[in-house]
Amino acid sequence: MTLLDYARGPVIQAALVIMIAGIIWRLLGVLVLTRAADLSRPRDAFGNFKGYRTVFSRAWPSSEFLTATRYQTVMAYVFHLATLVVVIGIVPHIEFIQGLTGASWPGLPNGVGVACGIIALASLVALIMRRLTKPAVYCSTWGDYFAWFVVAMPLVTGLMAFAHLGPRYETLLALHILAAALFFAWFPFGKLMHAFWFVFSRAQSGIAYARKGVQI
Amino acid sequence: MSKEISLGGFLRSQGISRRAFLGFCSTLASAMTIPSGMIEVMAKTLEQTRRPAVIWLSFQECTGCTESLLRSHAPSIESLIFDFISLDYHHTLQAASGSAAERAREETMHRHAGEYLVLVDGSVPKIRHYSTIAGVSNLDMLVETAAGAAAILAVGTCSAYGGLPKANPNPTQALSIGEIIKDKPIVNIPGCPPIPLAITGVIAYYLTMGSLPPLDHLGRPLAFFGENIHDRCYRRPFYDRGLFAESFDDEGARKGWCLYKLGCKAPETYNACAHVKWNQGTSFPIQSGHGCIGCSEPDFWDRGGIYTSTPQGRFDSELSLTLAASLGVVVGAGAAVLARRKKHRVEQELADEASAPESQTST
Repeated sequence: MTLLDYARGPVIQAALVIMIAGIIWRLLGVLVLTRAADLSRPRDAFGNFKGYRTVFSRAWPSSEFLTATRYQTVMAYVFHLATLVVVIGIVPHIEFIQGLTGASWPGLPNGVGVACGIIALASLVALIMRRLTKPAVYCSTWGDYFAWFVVAMPLVTGLMAFAHLGPRYETLLALHILAAALFFAWFPFGKLMHAFWFVFSRAQSGIAYARKGVQI
Repeated sequence: MSKEISLGGFLRSQGISRRAFLGFCSTLASAMTIPSGMIEVMAKTLEQTRRPAVIWLSFQECTGCTESLLRSHAPSIESLIFDFISLDYHHTLQAASGSAAERAREETMHRHAGEYLVLVDGSVPKIRHYSTIAGVSNLDMLVETAAGAAAILAVGTCSAYGGLPKANPNPTQALSIGEIIKDKPIVNIPGCPPIPLAITGVIAYYLTMGSLPPLDHLGRPLAFFGENIHDRCYRRPFYDRGLFAESFDDEGARKGWCLYKLGCKAPETYNACAHVKWNQGTSFPIQSGHGCIGCSEPDFWDRGGIYTSTPQGRFDSELSLTLAASLGVVVGAGAAVLARRKKHRVEQELADEASAPESQTST
């Protein structure tokens, strides 16, 4: 079995199994937990509604924090949007998703995918540079750096595979799939789970603040 | 078997002009990345070359490799070179049969010990009685014949890597030549069938240079298997522009767009199909409208379906992912139940601790 067969066979399968089982495990494990009832009188009759609204309103920082957080907010948006285009826009990824789900849609030209991949990688580098140069702001743990690594590797190997940089194409493709497998397998257990948690954490914070009459 | 005639004399006797022969040498030198300054030397050496003795062994095969070389549209210099070699033993082509045929092989082995080339097509069954020739198993015949060979050319994917006979579940326990013979130089010329120029090219290189050509990590001559078909494919611009045939009869297929989505294995297949082509450069599978099936790669029969595209996973996604989701539900529900129990236990302990001082106070 070649490295490519190994990567797109048992490795990616195991990674997807870990990811799906892990996501459901963590979501259920947290969401089924109950919180103690808050017996205080709510100061805002529409607290719950305002709390849910927070999920969207916190998509951009409040004006008080804008100056301090503009750089990483913009970079994070650039990274997420460019990565989204790469993940769902280029044909090899659509083919992979179609193999899993049966769903398919028209793909983008390779040039667009490569441009977005480079933008995503550049923004990711910009974000890690800020983290490295401002340790007092971030108080980073190894989990932060590892999460960055597992996100950066699929981008690096994907761009290398497309450009045929370094080893032979099928080796680079295998490395790209292995990098994606690492991403999938690590997804439920690190900070990448923010893809799900951000909805619940924002809503929970919003509901709690609204109940106490905090302007949100 | 004459050893007097030279290749130059033989080609002239077949009506091949020196200009045409030099043209062939230029093509071959170009294909095999031999420096242009060597063309004249190559032509001179080839012209003066005496007939090399060759034993062609056919084991678990379909004869497609031989047909590929022989059934050209018109006689080519490649096929004439093939005619030129002293093919002392070949099941399909030799006139002799039975013990006379086997005697020819043994005579060649004896007379040209250490000098003859062995060309093999077909894989070798490890279970000896599954394939025999004149009562001799393929395995024993290969080992016996290879012992005195100067070099071995494994022609076709079956002999190079096991091919179709080795496909899962491999009922004959088929082996490639390289898995059996370890002490002789082996050149793999895979393909189902291989490109004729790759076969004669390696023979011509050997006759000219006196050595085997540079090989890749799978034992294939780099000159013919150094680049993947995707990079050389004339449909590559459509791939880059995101234009694909979605089925074999849609507009994309009619317009000649990329066949990547239809399972074309060109991105992971190394062969000269896209630039050398077949039938004197007329066409190759992708040009005729079907994706590459990756026939020059090891185990290509077992690397997913012919119509499964390169990036698609090779596993049963529906079953495994459903099981994964079920596992997640069970583990997640279990974790939640345990956490709630712990929470209630802690609440109870705190309540007990809170009530204990009151009871002590009251007494």
